[in-house]
Amino acid sequence: MKIAVVQFPGSNGDQDTFHLFASGLGLPTRYLWHKDTALGDVDLVALPGGFAYGDYLRCGAIARFSPIMAAVREFAARGGLVFGICNGFQVLCEAGLLPGALIRNSCLEFRCQMCELTVEASSAAFSPAVLGASLRLPIAHGEGNYRIDPTGLEQLEANRQILLRYAHNPNGSLGGIAGIRNRAGNVFGLMPHPDRAFERFHASRDGLPFARAVLAAQFPEFQKKSA
Amino acid sequence: MKINVFVTPKKNVLDPQGAAVGHALETLGFSGLKGTRVGKLIELDVEGGDTPEFRARLDRVCRDLLSNPVIEDYRYEIVRP
Repeated sequence: MKIAVVQFPGSNGDQDTFHLFASGLGLPTRYLWHKDTALGDVDLVALPGGFAYGDYLRCGAIARFSPIMAAVREFAARGGLVFGICNGFQVLCEAGLLPGALIRNSCLEFRCQMCELTVEASSAAFSPAVLGASLRLPIAHGEGNYRIDPTGLEQLEANRQILLRYAHNPNGSLGGIAGIRNRAGNVFGLMPHPDRAFERFHASRDGLPFARAVLAAQFPEFQKKSA
Repeated sequence: MKINVFVTPKKNVLDPQGAAVGHALETLGFSGLKGTRVGKLIELDVEGGDTPEFRARLDRVCRDLLSNPVIEDYRYEIVRP
């Protein structure tokens, strides 16, 4: 199972995300530069946290037009696993690979704190039965307030695309939504940071089961083996 | 020609920034305030004239890049044709 982490100018979670997969899960992991036009041999593409292109215009608005994103879009259309963390989630929404958008936190503050997240029953790999009723992951964002129109929200609920909700909403997100997947179940995005919750010295290690659940969407044996 | 593109949060989308600016205006004693929305002004300077083809190109970049149709509306005015 091969992992690639995209680096945009302004990414700052790229090394954390690299080590989540490389050290945390022991998987062969490499970087892709935003100007690359091909992904190469890869099973999962991760878009890391940070401030791609300085978050100018809107978070993720410019990153979405990076050369690498055409390849990411094709990969996702073929069913490849795509995983966006924080800024990466914002990029996926801007790119239309995930529905909705992320706007300024309702409190207007940058929120940097540990969050308790309620696990939703979304799929075989993503459910309270597998992951437990809740996970603890840190957040660090100013624009994590998830928004979608009422029809879009109905569809998210009906197709069980919501992965996680905040137990105590830190940013005003609609329905407390912290993470979602696309309908097909191969594109994942969340504002919290699994990449900052996997080392022994981290305040939580719940990033590991979360990352395993993403991989298990396509490789169910992975979750069973490492559970 | 000079073009001003205005990008504003959709009417039914929460605008935390607008709400905060509204509170500040009330604090300053700006009475009778019924609403405050904060958007963006993007100034473009473009070669060529105002043709239907140009309008189509402009609409496309307004939709694809300058605004996010999920949360924002846009309009533009051609200041100096």
